[in-house]
Amino acid sequence: MKDIYKVSPAPHLHDHTSIPKVMWNVVIALVPALVAAIYFWGLRSLWLTLAGALSAVVTEALVQKWRKLPVSVADGSAFLTGMLLSFNIHAAAPMWLPVVGSVFAIIVGKQVFGGLGNNPVNPALLGRAFLLASWPNLMTSGWIAAKKGAISGMNDLSLIADSLKTIAPKAHALVTSATPLKVAQTLRDSTWVASLTSDPKLNNEITQNIFNNLFDLGTLKALFVGNIGGCIGEVSVFALLLGAIYLLWKNIIDWRIPSFYIGTVFVLTFLFGGIKGSSPSIMLPFFHIFAGGLMLGAFFMATDYTTTPLTKKGRIIFGIGCGLLTVVIRLVGGYPEGVSYSILFMNVMTPLIDRFTIPRTFGEVKK
Amino acid sequence: MRLKTFPGGVHPHDSKHYSSSKPIAEAPLPARVIIPVSQHIGSPSTPIVQVGDEVRTGQKIAEASGYVSIPQHASISGKITKIDVFPHPTGNKQLAIEITGDGQDTWIDLVNDENYLNLSTKEMKDRITEAGICGMGGAGFPTQVKLSPPEDKVIDTVILNGVECEPYLTSDYRLMLEKPDEIINGLRIIMKIVGAKRGIIGIEANKPDAIKLLTQKTQSQSDLSVCPLKLQYPQGAEKQLIYAATRRRVPSKGGLPMAVGVVVQNVGTAFAIYEAVRFKKPLVDRIISVTGAIVKEPHNFKARIGTLYAELVELCGGATETIGKVISGGPMMGFALPGLEAPMTKGSSGLVLFNEQEAKFLEERDCIRCARCVDVCPMNLIPSTIASAVKYKNLDLAEKTGLNDCMKCGSCAYVCPAHIRLVQWIDTGKIRWAELQRSKK
Repeated sequence: MKDIYKVSPAPHLHDHTSIPKVMWNVVIALVPALVAAIYFWGLRSLWLTLAGALSAVVTEALVQKWRKLPVSVADGSAFLTGMLLSFNIHAAAPMWLPVVGSVFAIIVGKQVFGGLGNNPVNPALLGRAFLLASWPNLMTSGWIAAKKGAISGMNDLSLIADSLKTIAPKAHALVTSATPLKVAQTLRDSTWVASLTSDPKLNNEITQNIFNNLFDLGTLKALFVGNIGGCIGEVSVFALLLGAIYLLWKNIIDWRIPSFYIGTVFVLTFLFGGIKGSSPSIMLPFFHIFAGGLMLGAFFMATDYTTTPLTKKGRIIFGIGCGLLTVVIRLVGGYPEGVSYSILFMNVMTPLIDRFTIPRTFGEVKK
Repeated sequence: MRLKTFPGGVHPHDSKHYSSSKPIAEAPLPARVIIPVSQHIGSPSTPIVQVGDEVRTGQKIAEASGYVSIPQHASISGKITKIDVFPHPTGNKQLAIEITGDGQDTWIDLVNDENYLNLSTKEMKDRITEAGICGMGGAGFPTQVKLSPPEDKVIDTVILNGVECEPYLTSDYRLMLEKPDEIINGLRIIMKIVGAKRGIIGIEANKPDAIKLLTQKTQSQSDLSVCPLKLQYPQGAEKQLIYAATRRRVPSKGGLPMAVGVVVQNVGTAFAIYEAVRFKKPLVDRIISVTGAIVKEPHNFKARIGTLYAELVELCGGATETIGKVISGGPMMGFALPGLEAPMTKGSSGLVLFNEQEAKFLEERDCIRCARCVDVCPMNLIPSTIASAVKYKNLDLAEKTGLNDCMKCGSCAYVCPAHIRLVQWIDTGKIRWAELQRSKK
């Protein structure tokens, strides 16, 4: 009998998905956010993003060449890592910063573990953590203001900024230079409040005033559109949601992690997001889910395949865990933002979560 | 109305348009047939003829070798010319009986029992056993065994499987359109044998005319109904079909449909049961779809068991392009064959030809843990974990994550972006697990 036809195990059909298709689709989904960044901060956002993405690609190719492995950079996974890393850097950062971050992310975050599919934590977030630990100043200060808005992008705050200039210079500095989350965090700091002026009553008044202006509709609008200071990738909630809808529609990400992540942050900040003397407001949770890197983190980083749970129940636990940690860091911890650390922490928990959430087989009887 | 279905599953393009409009055509009598002694699940049958023997169509040539076994019959009249190993439609070579035809097609004596529905259940079962019928949807479990639930099991429902969820295949669909009364009478026989009060025919929504026709035919019979189902693979899998139609879950770890009071039979099997009980006709022919984008004239044949695939392809005018892959059965669970020299058997529902592009081999990469396999698995398993556990010889973990509950439907491998042969790894694991259990004893 002559063997003429291809023999392979069933199934003989495939839905034509592939790793490159998945990865490049995520890159496409990040394009609206990049466009928003260019709109608000200029072309430098694009150059920084490309610097990060391309250096990640080159690093991965070199490592694979050196290890005599097939070079797989065309699959877009390294490009995506570099792109996400750059998205965590602000538009005034030096050009070498994303390059160093990407090299670290690819080598230490990914290739030492065996490359795609074998890394324990999100390489882009690991790269960001490395940069933040090594060059905290470059990472957290020197933001440029959004071109189309006031300092910090919060129009209502800029209205009160002038009146603060002479009464409380420290408060003026805060509302004119910090990101919204930093402002929110600082207002919770009682020693900072006490140091504003010599009059405790006035201090409280100033704090309340800033607080009320921070958590209002104007701020929410600015956050939603992207008219604020911040990292390249987190600027516009609207642009990020466009990308997220694309990924959900293409069935590339699962709804569970983002929904439970954002939902947990929403509920917890509604309950605990106020400051002394403030009244509960629906503005609090909306501020917290729109501000900072939550949208970017929840839809694009906490949904990274390799570093998140396989099981459906596990993904829910993962989302809730991220939300809980983010809120704890934002409201209690020492950093204004907790998205990246909470995702990194939950990444490490993933094997354990998977282990304890093995689903019941169809038809399995409850024991 | 929202159509019923089951959790999980995938939506491959059904590709049934190639052959769905082709009426069943009687294939010309083959000059030679090869009848494998194993066409079913269970022990192979034992040949009772010798080379040189003259046989008539329908004559028994191999007898059942145990309880879970079936006899085989000559599908043409002629002379036994060889008893040897021949290519088998599962891809390997197995013992088979070759008959060279005399062109006469002289049959054994058949009967025509007008009163067949009033036969005793024992007589009905005897006729089915004698006819050598096994499940004709593909798995091939001996039918008389399925129709003999233990005394203590109460069966209240018989489900006829007209789902045909495998892409391309249209043999069950054509049979439902062209032989609806026979199928319904087959269902009546099965219901009588197992004592069921209710009969359901499950059909997917991509066969609206079959749903309409069988609904009309069963309208006046209050204990029969047609259950239209949402298009979703693998709805034709027994446990999934039972859940879709009755919301009952067959227990895992080797549970059988009878545990939830259900017996499932394929519509083709029901037709064979009807013929066996009414005419005492052994299972010597069946409907088979020969189809694919490159088949010149796709057909639904009524062909004799043992007809060579090569002959069927020739009857379709061959292929319009170079053949890349030959699939015995459907493309999701069927076997890729190295050649066309294998014969069709009782479980051969289709023969699908792929061109070289469709047969392209996808390179396997490392798992990226995307969990698509988890999301589509109709059995709620973790296919990627089972596969890697088998790969790294951790059979305990594989078992814990569902190794032995996998029915190999292939949904996981169908959606895997890393193109991992998940089913093959799991199958390997099943074999190793079975070996391990045997060595423990």
